[in-house]
This record gives sequence, C-alpha cells and structure tokens, in this order.
Amino acid sequence: MIRLLAGRLVQIAVTLALLSFAMFLLIGLMPGDPIDLALAGDPRLTAEDAARLRALHGLDQPLLTRYLAWAAALLRGEFGYSRLFAQPVAQIIGPALVSTLVLLGAAVAVSALIGLSLGALSAMRPRFAPFADAIAILGQSAPSFWLGILLIIVFAVTLGWLPAGGAAEEGGWEALRFLVLPVATLAMANLAAYARHSAAELTQVLRAPWITAARARGVAEMRLLLRHAAPNAAVPVLQVAALDAGSLVGGALITETLFARPGMGKLIYDAVMGNDTNLALVALLLVALVTMLATLAADLGQRALDPRLA
Amino acid sequence: MRLRFGLLLLGLLAAGGIAAPWIAAWLGLDPFAPDLFNRFAPSSATNPLGTDDLGRDVLLRLLEGARVSLAVGVATAVAATVIGTGIGLLAAWRGGVVDAVLMRLADGMLALPALPVLVVLAAADTGRIGLPRGEAASDIIRIVAILSVFGWVGVARLSRAAALSVLARDYVRAARALGASELRVLLRHVLPNIAGPIAIAAALTVAGAILAESTLSFLGLGIAPPAASWGNMLANAQDLVFSAPWVAVWPGLAILMAVAGCTLVADGLRR
Repeated sequence: MIRLLAGRLVQIAVTLALLSFAMFLLIGLMPGDPIDLALAGDPRLTAEDAARLRALHGLDQPLLTRYLAWAAALLRGEFGYSRLFAQPVAQIIGPALVSTLVLLGAAVAVSALIGLSLGALSAMRPRFAPFADAIAILGQSAPSFWLGILLIIVFAVTLGWLPAGGAAEEGGWEALRFLVLPVATLAMANLAAYARHSAAELTQVLRAPWITAARARGVAEMRLLLRHAAPNAAVPVLQVAALDAGSLVGGALITETLFARPGMGKLIYDAVMGNDTNLALVALLLVALVTMLATLAADLGQRALDPRLA
Repeated sequence: MRLRFGLLLLGLLAAGGIAAPWIAAWLGLDPFAPDLFNRFAPSSATNPLGTDDLGRDVLLRLLEGARVSLAVGVATAVAATVIGTGIGLLAAWRGGVVDAVLMRLADGMLALPALPVLVVLAAADTGRIGLPRGEAASDIIRIVAILSVFGWVGVARLSRAAALSVLARDYVRAARALGASELRVLLRHVLPNIAGPIAIAAALTVAGAILAESTLSFLGLGIAPPAASWGNMLANAQDLVFSAPWVAVWPGLAILMAVAGCTLVADGLRR
C-alpha cells in the first residue's frame, strides 16, 4: 500500500514536471510578451525602455533558463503575479479553487445519485434498460455547452426561475440558486458514465449464485439491491469516477465560462485569452494536480472496498 | 442494430456535407455571404432553417459545418490510430522498460484534465512554426494536431492489451519458428488480429474529437469564422438567448447526431 502510494505520487510529480515544461515552451510560442503589451498600452515607452524592462524581468534570457527559474520559484511556493488581475496569483487562485470544488462536489453528488439510480433501475427492470441506455448515450453525446445554453433558454429566459449566470454576492439560498443550472449542466454530461457502468455491473452481479441464494431465502428485492448487489458493484463505479475526474474538470471549464461563474476553469480560460502566461500555467498545474489527486483517492477507495485489489 | 443506426446517422451527416455545394446552388444561396437585411429570418421556402445573426442561411452553414467537423473527427482518428497502434504494438512487443515508460506516459496523459490543457495548447501561436493562423485549412490542421496529442492514448492502451494476448498465441510462435521476421509477425499476424479493438477505439476517438473540436470552436479557440463549424455557430448563440433562442438549437443537434452516431458504431462493434 505504502509502495503503491509512493509510486503514484512520484508519477504525479513526473507528470506535472513534464506538463509544466511542455506548456512553458509552448506558451513561449504564444504571440507577444508582457512588454509588447505594455508598449501597446503606453505610447511614451521607448525602445530603450522596452529593452531595459525585458532585462529587468529576465525576458531577454533563453527559454530554458526562464523555465528553470520559474519552476524553482514555484517549488519555493512563490507563484508570482497575475498580469491580467494585477494581483499575486496565490490570492486569485484560493477563492477560485474553492468555488470550483463546490461546483464539482455538487455535480458529482447529483450525477452519481441520478446515474446510479438509472443504472439500478435498468438492472432490476430489464424492460426499462433501453430507456436508461438512450438517456446515457444522449447525455454522453450532447455537448455540455449546448445543454447549458438550452437550460438557460428554458429556465432563465422563458420561465425566469433561475439566474442565467454569475455568482451570488453572499452565501445562503441565493448562492444555491446560482448553482442550480451550472450543476445541472455538468451533471447531465457526467451521469451517463455512472448509469452505463453501474447498469452493466449490477446486471452481472445480480446473476451471481449468492444473489439467487439470497432471493431463495426470501430477501426483499430492495434489500437485495442495496445490501447484496450494490457493494459489489461499487468498485467499478469508483473506477469510473477515477477515470472521469479529468473530463469533469474539463466540464467545469465549460460551465464556468458559459455561466460566467468564477472558478479555476474560467480563470484558465480568461488567463489564456488575456495572454496572462504565469496565471494560466500556475492555474493549469494546480488543476492537473487536484485532478490526479482525486483519481488517486478514488483508486485508494477501490482498494479499501475490495481487499482483493490491495 | 446499434451499428446500423449509428452508421445511418453518420451517413446522413456525411451525405449532407458532401452535397453542400449542390444544395447551396439549388437554393441559390451562399453560406458565407452576409445579408444584413435578412437577419434572424424564420424558416421559409428560401431559408429552410432560417438565417443567423449575419443573415446567412443556417441550413447551408450546418452542412458546411458537417464538412469541417467530420473532417476534423476523421483526420484526428486516423492520426491518433496510426500513432496509437504503433506505440501500442511497440510497447507490447518490446516489453520491459520501453513498455513501462510508454504506458506510464499514457497513464499520465489520461490522468490530466484534457480540456484545460487543450485550451492552453490551442492558444499557442502556430504562426511561429510555419502554420498561418485564421485560414480554415490551417485551423483544421492545427486542431487535428492538438487533438492527436491526447487522441493516441486510448488507442495505444487498447492495442497494447490486445497485442499482448495475440503475441502469446501459438500461431505467432509458429510463424517465428518458420523464420518470419519480427516486422512480418507484427504486421501480418498481430495487426489483423487486433483490428477489432482498434476499430472500436478509432470510433470513440472520432466522437471525442468532434466534441472537443466543437468545444474549442465554441470557446473561440478552434475553427475561426467565417468558416463554419458546429461549435463556432454556437459561439454567439449564448448572447442571443434573449433575442433569438432558436439559433442555438440546430448546431447542437448536429453535434449530438454525429457523436451519438460514433458512440453507437463503437457499441455495435463491441457486441
């Protein structure tokens, strides 16, 4: 267990190092550096000023030197500044991460609840299976930004029940109202995987001899499902959760951008659009780290549930 | 059943895309010419699905979008399948350190949140490495290249697993005993026998590529207007939810059809 954990942590560190290196080089190819932008904003700057500023910020150094200096600073916990927001990156990222985790947590809860119910329903009632299957395929195939727009049209524009975007100034019920549509959008895209895998898994488990034995003893169907079948189907479902962590975070980028909801996804998008290299990279690495840790947690959860895996 | 329905959906879209120029000529409309006096027209005999915010015919732009989106999907799948199969075969055949390094790399790619990485990748300036920006053809090449970076992983994992089981079969040992070269063993004996799993992975790659392209285009990082893509047709639909909500319906349905079609084909192949 300890060896496995250590191995996975090393793998995460290597992945992050490779990702940061590749991204830093590629962003080096992005049009314009911060000094070009300063030049565009202030006509009084001369060519000498530009050269002096480049030297001051180390932008005249080769890309590799810049990468090593930047990575070393990150490892010391210095995240640098955001050009776009004119604030330390650490200050911007904190609240954004909390907001995104709230969104993701709610979306996982909703999609697991609905997805698992659909899966259980189609495993217990084979006549319902084609419908659950169709819902799963539709949910998996519909682009989530389109679903989001449709939800806005129905619930924000036509019915006027919920806000079309943004975030509440303060917490409480008002904040929940702002959460409904983004969570629904994100959950619709992700419940499909839960539904398909739990249906497949439960169907298989329900055929097992011990289920027949339990049925013969007169165990009620509901108890059969929850007590005897569900725990055995939980492992593959956690596996789906682990595999889906990445696409869930990707979905958060879409929903946050679509609903103008502050969070890590929108931060990355805004930083990329605003040429804010440092913010984009730090936010991307943090999101990747959180995703990989979530995957690791789901893997460990599987092992805790099923001793045969450990 | 699933396979047929999936192929039917994809066939309809492909036929529409191929026939786009003739349909445009038949309707007497240009999918790229703005007509500001005819914005947001409802559906009529001249504009079967109405017009968009610049007065362009929505049906024709959908068909143009089918060409772009399907081309991106198929091209990405081809590139990802070739690279992925090569890497999968190499890993299964060499084993040892090569296998471990390649598969850890695949694991790492799989664990990453693809979309945020793609967003950052899509913003990198390809102008500096020789691909001009803003033209439809170079946009397509750029998107296919970016999507292939992630696309090969699924194919590589599936083809490696399939190749491992085939390499242990008796007929492979027999071929080796008869003196067949390793290349011949891989290409003549292993590859044809792992074609099934590869086809499934390829179909799923097409679905993923179409979704990813539409998402990037929606975010303004993919295919740039005036070229039509289902994603960029939806890009300003969000601003129009109050004035012209119907604009949002058709491109999304087209994406849904294409992606569901590929998923059904993959499902059908699996059974």
